[in-house]
This record gives sequence, structure tokens and C-alpha cells, in this order.
Amino acid sequence: MSDSLVFFLIQVLNGVQEGLLLFLVASGLTLVFGIMGVINLAHGSFYMLGAYLAYALTQLTGNLFFAVLLAVPLAVVFGLALEALLFRPLYARDHLYQVLLTYGLILALEEMRSLVFGDDVHGVALPRALDFSIHLTGALSYPAYRLFMSAMCLVIAGGLWLLIQKTRLGMAIRAGASNREMVQSLGIDIAWIYRAVFALGVALAAFAGMIAVPVASVFPGMGNQILIISFVVVVIGGIGSIKGAFLGSLLIGLADTFGQVFAPQLAGMTVYVLMAAVLLWRPAGLFGGNPR
Amino acid sequence: MKTRAPIETALLALGLVALLLFPLLGAKFYLQLFAKIMIMAVFAMSLDLLVGYAGLVSFGHAAFFGIGAYMLWWLSPQYAAANFWFSLPAAMAAAALAALAVGLLVLRCSGVYFIMVTLAFAQMFFYFATGSKFFGGSDGVYIYVKPVSGLFNLGDAAQFYYVALTAMAGTYLLLRGLIGTLFGRALLGIRGNEQRMRSLGFSTFGYKLAAFALAGALAGLAGYLDAAQFGFVNPDLFGWRLSGLALMMVILGGMGTLYGPILGAFVLVLLQDTLSDATRHWLLPMGVFIILAVLFLPRGVSGLLKRAEGKNG
Repeated sequence: MSDSLVFFLIQVLNGVQEGLLLFLVASGLTLVFGIMGVINLAHGSFYMLGAYLAYALTQLTGNLFFAVLLAVPLAVVFGLALEALLFRPLYARDHLYQVLLTYGLILALEEMRSLVFGDDVHGVALPRALDFSIHLTGALSYPAYRLFMSAMCLVIAGGLWLLIQKTRLGMAIRAGASNREMVQSLGIDIAWIYRAVFALGVALAAFAGMIAVPVASVFPGMGNQILIISFVVVVIGGIGSIKGAFLGSLLIGLADTFGQVFAPQLAGMTVYVLMAAVLLWRPAGLFGGNPR
Repeated sequence: MKTRAPIETALLALGLVALLLFPLLGAKFYLQLFAKIMIMAVFAMSLDLLVGYAGLVSFGHAAFFGIGAYMLWWLSPQYAAANFWFSLPAAMAAAALAALAVGLLVLRCSGVYFIMVTLAFAQMFFYFATGSKFFGGSDGVYIYVKPVSGLFNLGDAAQFYYVALTAMAGTYLLLRGLIGTLFGRALLGIRGNEQRMRSLGFSTFGYKLAAFALAGALAGLAGYLDAAQFGFVNPDLFGWRLSGLALMMVILGGMGTLYGPILGAFVLVLLQDTLSDATRHWLLPMGVFIILAVLFLPRGVSGLLKRAEGKNG
């Protein structure tokens, strides 16, 4: 293969990897909205929480894998505590108040991060077993860890699909998304479903933060950056649609990666231009039903 | 439609007199702080037109604030002053045009889509300014010489204070007047039930677009004055933090009242100023304050006033 073709292939792999990671965050956002009707601006903070937990626990245990095993339950417990304290009173209220409360939550969590970890950028070493590159041609190679990340994300996306399509919980989740009252009157505990969905969303976002740390580091504002891109994904894919979130994530991942290669000056803007184009074509997103 | 309570009008008049007399006793520092507050009040009132009257919850209103601010920089010669009477209308027009273009896209969405899409578009402006060398990138740009008007001197703290007060009172009166017209009633009707308004023959899209553009122009006015006051403009002016703060001012004060956002601006900016004096980590108590206010003060300060009024009367 020629070098330019391999270069192109590498960019595709990067874009897909970025998109798959984004999917983990965006799918939680879209699930929480689709089922609970809550717009959660602090969803990106769970990504940040995951990343910082992974950083701190890797320092402690010396191993990213152990750190992830410990950090996921910790993040979920934290998320459930927040759900009980702050989100539950919001379920019945207007989106406006959900936006404001979670806006306040972002400020508070971001500042707590600053208090605990300071404002420096910290890296985490690649796990030794994955610290190598796969040679493609004489000059070009691809890091194994990025392939591992993509594979992990794909496994999780598959698991999510199985969970929602094939299990009882998934059935209840789908039912809850389309008609809350009906689910309740059938004797299914909707509060429990809400908690499960919220915990799932937190776990997905935090896990994404954890596995991203060796390539992305931890830095102030990382949660908000991914939150806004996740919004774009959800808008493109259609709110509440997992399928839409998957496709939207891949589109955004590729658009962002190729934007950085071909138009570095306007790189930050490519995804928004893509969003504008989709909005012109389909205001409710690619897989959106009726916008609420 | 109910006429406004006499108490409310009396309080507003009292507030205006107090603000008019304030420079007689205020030190220079407080004049600057209050000017900043009144500029934020203009910004918050412009957002109230969208949130409180048209029912459009924009989380990207800072986009137009930022455009107003960058326009002043762009229209200022490097080491000379811009003409106030030219640059101000130009900045507002630019913000209105941008709002018109953004509005054409975002007003196709409603509800939670609208919140996300407005946020995303403001972020697009943020990344444009951050990535563009011409606009100074993430470091921002300086306006070395304040605009001149021939009538007043913006470099003087007291005179600038009165300019900000005029902008705030003017914005209030303009929007207050507008709400009474057919246009204002139509907006309220759209907030109540857009479908019904459409079947009554109103072009609801046109009304919403006009409101969006007007709110953009007024946000541009606020941004212009902010840039004139501080002489410094950076991409954070487009950022979600400022958009969220303005939204909080509207809700904390009480949306759909116009004077509520003014109250909200006073409370939040004073709080921000006090907290940031006390600690470097002021965003933590600020965030907690916002969370508590949303949980326990759903109708804002004006809601409290109304309740007190109802008890007394």
C-alpha cells in the first residue's frame, strides 16, 4: 500500500476511535433524556470524574486495569447519590430548571476537581501490555492501545444493544421511554428503572473517561468539552435514539479528525457545520421521532 | 391582561432614582461594579424576552454578546478611538444579523433540542474565535482607546455609569413597550400554545425569528458596552458559562417580568464579586448557590416579592 493510502487509513481509525469513545458518553446522555426526560449538563462531569479517578487510582495501585475495576463502582455510587439528592426533585419540572441545576453542578464539580487535583495536566502511562505499535509500512505505524480502546467500546456498544433489546430490564427501559404511566400501571417500579438508567449512564461516561486517560490525559474543563460534542451527537442522531447516537458519534468522530487534518484553522468548527447541515435536512435528527 | 401593581411601579421608580443618585456617594470602584451589573442586566433582559415571553430557552445567548464585543474591537483603529455613534449601531446590527442567521436554523427545533442546539452554535462561535489568528485566538484582543462620542467621555467612571444606566433603562422601556403591542401578545400566545397561534393565522416562525434577532441585537449592545468598559475581549465571551449565568439571572430574578432579570443581575454579580474576593475557588459556592436556588426558589426573587405583596394586600 502507498503511504498516502495508509495515512488515510490511520485517520479513519482515529476518527472511528474518537467516535466510539464519544458514543459511550452520548449514549448515556440520550438514554437519560429519552427515558427520564432529564437533560443533564453535568453528564460530562462524570466523564471527567472517571478520568481523574483512573489517574488517582493508577498512581495508587500502579495499574490502570485495577484502577478501572475500582473506579467504575465508585463513580456509580457517586452518580446514584447525586440522583437521589438532586435529580429526583427535578423529574417533574421544566427542562429549564434541569439545565440550571446541572449548570450549577458543573461549576461546583469543576471547582472541587480544582481543589482536590489542582489545575495541572496529568498523564497516565500506557498499560505495559499494550505499549507497542503495529507497523503498517516502513514509516507508519498505529498504536495498539488505540485499537484496544476501539475494541472495548465496540464490546460495550454490543453489550448495550443486548441489554436493551434482549433482557427484561431492557424491555422495561424501552417501555418506560414510550409510555411512563403505562409501565407504572403494569406494576413495574419506574423509580427503579430510572435509577438503573442513571447508573448505566454514569458508568458509561466514567468508563469512557478512564480508558481515554492514557491518550488524552486529565485536564481542567475536559468534561465540558466532551459534553458539548455529545450534545451535537445527540442532536444529529435524534434524542433518545441509541442507534442515532452510534451513527452520530462515528460521523462526528470522523468529521472532527478529518477537519483537523485538512482544515486545522477551522478544526473546532467542522462538527458544528455538520450539525447545521443535518438540522437543515432533518430538524429532529437522523433517527429522531417527534421533538419534544 | 392585569395592570401592574402600583407597588411594583413605585419600587421601580424608587430604584431608578437611587441608581441616578448613586454616583454622588459611590466610590469609583462601586461605580465600575454597578456599571458592569447594569450591562449584565441589559443582557439578562434580552434573554428574558426569549425565555420569559417567547418561551425559547436559549443556552447560547452569549454568542451575540460576544459578537457585540468583538465588533467594537474590529471597528476600533489600533491606536485611535472608534466613533461611538457609528460603532454601537454597527455592533448591534452585526449581532442582530448573526441572530437572524442562527435563528433561521435553531428555531426549527423546540424544547430540549432548542437548548442543545443554541448551546452548540454559541460554541461554534467560541471555536471560531479561538482558532482564528485574526481575532486573536484564545488570548483575545485589547481595545487600547475607548470609543468617543463628542457628547460624553466613556473613560470617566461616572459618565460611563450613566451610559450603562441609560442602556438599562432604555432596554427596559423598549421591551416593556413591546410586550404591550400585538407583537408582544403574539409572543406570549406562542409560549402558551404555538399550535393555537398558528391556527389563528399567525406566522409563529416569523414572530419567533424577530424576537430572536431583537434579543440578539440587545445582547450585542451589552457585549459592546462590556468591551468598552474593560477594553479586553476574548473567546470566553461566547462561552456557555456566560450563557448559563444570564439564564440564571433571568430565573433567579423571575422570568417574564423584565425587572426580575435586573434583580437577578444585581444579586448574581454582587455575589460573584463577594465570593471571588473571598476565595480563588469561588465557583464552588457559586455552583452550590445556583443548585439551592433552583431547588428552593423556583419562581425567583420576584416570586417572593409577589407572595409578600399578596399577604400584605
